[in-house]
Amino acid sequence: MTPLLTTRGLTKAYDGLRAVDGVDFSLATGEIRAIIGPNGAGKTTFVSLVCGRVPPTSGTIVFDGEDITHMPAHLRVRRGIAYTFQITSVFPNLSAYDNVALPAQRTLEDGRAKTHLHAAIMSALEHTGLADRANIQAGALSYGHQRLLEVAMGLALKPRLLILDEPTQGLSDSEIDGFMGLVRDIASSATVLLIEHNMDVVMELARRITVMNAGKILAEGMPEEIRADEAVQRAYLGTENHG
Amino acid sequence: MRSSALPPRILVLHAGVVALLFALNFVLPEYHHAVLARVMLLSVFAMGYNILFGYTGLLSLGHAMFFAAGLYGAGLSVYHLGWSIPAGLAAGIACGAALSTAIGLLALRTTGVAFMIVTMMFAQVFYLLTFYFAEWTGGDDGIVLSQEIRRFFVGDFYLNLTDPTTRYLLALAIFAIVLFATLIAVRSSFGRVLVAIRENEDRARMLGYDTFANKLAAVVLSGTICATAGAAYALLFGYAGSTFAGVQYSILPLLWVLLGGAATTLGPFIGTLFMYYVIDITSSYTSAYLLIVGIALILLVLFFPKGILGTIRARWAGWLP
Repeated sequence: MTPLLTTRGLTKAYDGLRAVDGVDFSLATGEIRAIIGPNGAGKTTFVSLVCGRVPPTSGTIVFDGEDITHMPAHLRVRRGIAYTFQITSVFPNLSAYDNVALPAQRTLEDGRAKTHLHAAIMSALEHTGLADRANIQAGALSYGHQRLLEVAMGLALKPRLLILDEPTQGLSDSEIDGFMGLVRDIASSATVLLIEHNMDVVMELARRITVMNAGKILAEGMPEEIRADEAVQRAYLGTENHG
Repeated sequence: MRSSALPPRILVLHAGVVALLFALNFVLPEYHHAVLARVMLLSVFAMGYNILFGYTGLLSLGHAMFFAAGLYGAGLSVYHLGWSIPAGLAAGIACGAALSTAIGLLALRTTGVAFMIVTMMFAQVFYLLTFYFAEWTGGDDGIVLSQEIRRFFVGDFYLNLTDPTTRYLLALAIFAIVLFATLIAVRSSFGRVLVAIRENEDRARMLGYDTFANKLAAVVLSGTICATAGAAYALLFGYAGSTFAGVQYSILPLLWVLLGGAATTLGPFIGTLFMYYVIDITSSYTSAYLLIVGIALILLVLFFPKGILGTIRARWAGWLP
């Protein structure tokens, strides 16, 4: 099967510091992939390159057979790459409904979702359990609900690739349980790329795991292979104590 | 694609304001009747400014050039080319659309303070050009459209723009059209995108929006509305002069909108009306009236930073558009 996303020699240098350093990465359609690694490993920079928030220094990015290396971010979103922010960045002064309306009306114009706007918005809100909070200002929602709203906005984009940047950070255990169910659900219709510090979540959700360290891919494999990998143990699992 | 139909109370409120202004035509004393006609056109200018400043979050300090583009586009084509009044109005609006497209393409390469400075510089260039071409524009003295030109037929319909009632009703018609046009625009999906850009442009981009294109559309819509106000002003009051291109006419719409309430549909009208009368009343008592205006503005910004209607919306009526 052709991969949905591939990167070749993808590099991002900031004044000599190579935050992402020659990454060759491949993601199959329908996968749930987790990217783990210590702080500063380049995970967020890597997905920022993929979604176009940051221009690469060198290397190529191919999405669904199309070279998107130099494509503006908003066009990548229209191709089906959705990114949910690590730092919650819903629109605090708009209602939850309007927050989801923004991505929903966009996909309606694309013709990728044929349902009507209201139905599309409510479907994304119901999916994330926020339907009864539709008219509350996003800034007044609890932190956990804002994280869910962020996901609802991603869902309303009808993405083919949903990039979740530390989605469970700051959530309670019960919220995390609900969240994992949601991600599994999403994975039935979209490929999921997940940056996550919480190893329980990673081991539970991911079918494959990519470990990054110092801007490079250190290891890649099934969860149990990663757990057993000595290099990973040294770089990450053994020394850092996250989540 | 409308996000939803207009809720009845919003429709009633806006139609009520228009109806009230229509009724005032028959009861107002001569002086206030003339003031209100002027205020309605100037608040169209403010409504145009509000699209860009209030809804899109772009602070321009050069909107006098869009008002003046309409003013001169209409005034000069009628005065020098002998165009009819309706053709002059269309010319003024077209000039505003063309100028705002060009300015938008250039100025939107900058953001924040740089955007303010760039728009202000372009407006200064426009202002100085009105003197450079004084042979045609009359510079400071401006040009006066004769009374004969301003009495004309549209088909079989006789219009006399020197008649106060005709002027008032035409100003009201333009005011009503622009009011409902902005109401529909800001409640549409386009309006929602503008607010998203104001709140967090990077996030809007990551939802798939070409933020540059949307901001350009906002500049053009805003500039065209302001030019409509300028063109109507020149034709209804028969005068176009460089004062209207000066920096104070870039600052005034900002103050009107701040006073009335940024990002509210009726705020620009309330702010323009309020400030017009504050200046009017204070200047009849003292020559230092700008001092009093200044103090009033400082107090308002300190205690009502959201403006009159913005404060009402925040405290009592969250449904106000």
